[in-house]
Amino acid sequence: MSGTIIKVKSPLAEGAVESFRAGDVVRISGVLYTARDAAHKRIVEALDAGQAPPFELSGQIVYYVGPTPARPGEAIGSAGPTTSCRMDSYAPRLLEAGLKGMIGKGNRAPVVVEAMKKYRAVYFAAVGGAGALISKSIKSCEIIAYEDLGAEAVRKLLVEDFPAIVVNDVLGGDIYETGRKKYQRL
Amino acid sequence: MRKIEFQTVVDAAKELCARSASDLPADVERALAAARAREISPAGAEILDSLLENARVARDEKRPICQDTGVAVFFIEKGAEAVVAGGTLTDAVNEGVRRGYEEAFLRKSIVRGPLDRVNTKDNTPAVIHLEEVPGDRISIRFMAKGGGCENMSRLAMLTPAEGREGVIRFVVGAVDAAGANPCPPIVVGVGMGGTFEVAALLAKKALFREIGSPNPAPALETLEKEILEKINNLGIGPQGMGGVTTALAVHVLSHPCHIASLPVAVNIECHAHRSAEVVL
Repeated sequence: MSGTIIKVKSPLAEGAVESFRAGDVVRISGVLYTARDAAHKRIVEALDAGQAPPFELSGQIVYYVGPTPARPGEAIGSAGPTTSCRMDSYAPRLLEAGLKGMIGKGNRAPVVVEAMKKYRAVYFAAVGGAGALISKSIKSCEIIAYEDLGAEAVRKLLVEDFPAIVVNDVLGGDIYETGRKKYQRL
Repeated sequence: MRKIEFQTVVDAAKELCARSASDLPADVERALAAARAREISPAGAEILDSLLENARVARDEKRPICQDTGVAVFFIEKGAEAVVAGGTLTDAVNEGVRRGYEEAFLRKSIVRGPLDRVNTKDNTPAVIHLEEVPGDRISIRFMAKGGGCENMSRLAMLTPAEGREGVIRFVVGAVDAAGANPCPPIVVGVGMGGTFEVAALLAKKALFREIGSPNPAPALETLEKEILEKINNLGIGPQGMGGVTTALAVHVLSHPCHIASLPVAVNIECHAHRSAEVVL
């Protein structure tokens, strides 16, 4: 980590991901779309059937989260990241369709890392288990598709200074790998 | 026989679910603070600061610590002279879960079947482990178990020849393979001995012990320290970003077993280790 914080606007502008490097600390403002396993399954089915996905994927960032229900008067409940590897079988298809960023937690499969290099996209981690804190950066939340999935429905979020760290960059950099090597004592 | 009303059990289970979601137990918070003081990785230290701040925000604002408010797991010790009046203990606990998860705005994360994946919409059924003990009380211990860390849990049927070294290798290997996925720093429950299912049950039960309290068996206390040191030497660190804090504690429970067997189970718990207890 460099100690500096990089401000990121979402959706990402053309070429914006190129400068990100694994370990960069970012604050994201703008639009995020939520999707977990069940929503990914449907999005990929839609793409494969030649139908439009529930939101235009181009340039967007997807956040892997299933929030707790909002209390009256609040935008959203607690909303930290879920484990990303469960989306690994779907992610390359979304990246191919123009998705530029993913937010979750935990390691990605080599096939996803390769797809990020090929389609020029980036994977961010948010702090898992810090759902109360993270929810403060989410200003609005609207279900836009698959309402029947409950916590797994696709939501459009407006966020301000959403805290995250770049895990995998377009060059194949991986902070989990380098961070771990630095501190392991064999 | 001592009668305990059905509704009393419902209210107790409801309260356990609601309270645990936003109130991180003191031993977990102390362990996180101690880890923060020890952590030499700047990224790791920053993450531990976020987790401590998250715990404070959650408690002050009664927000769930984590959006995964878990599968509701109960370990219940029922006194032989205690009886639930007006229904079964299982029904009462499930009713408490239903109300607790709804009224405290917790996420309902249970599907009715592993393949058809239809949400039950009330977080039931709970997972209930019932044991009969002497006396006329009912002690209910609750844990909200998250899916991400549960998924990283493992079980092996080792040979007796693999012994202590085999157990250490398997437990450390499970944590190594889990990497950043289970939201480190984690708590590691280990069940050793018994049969296939007893080892798994003990691994979960071991998680309930207070962090920082010694294992009552000195040989297991030594084993725990050795495994913990090896885990923290892996370098995984808070959230997998690198550091010296991968686990906050290792808790081992052991049980008699067959002459041919050495079952060992590892139940991984995230830092949002939410549990609470009530005695009726």
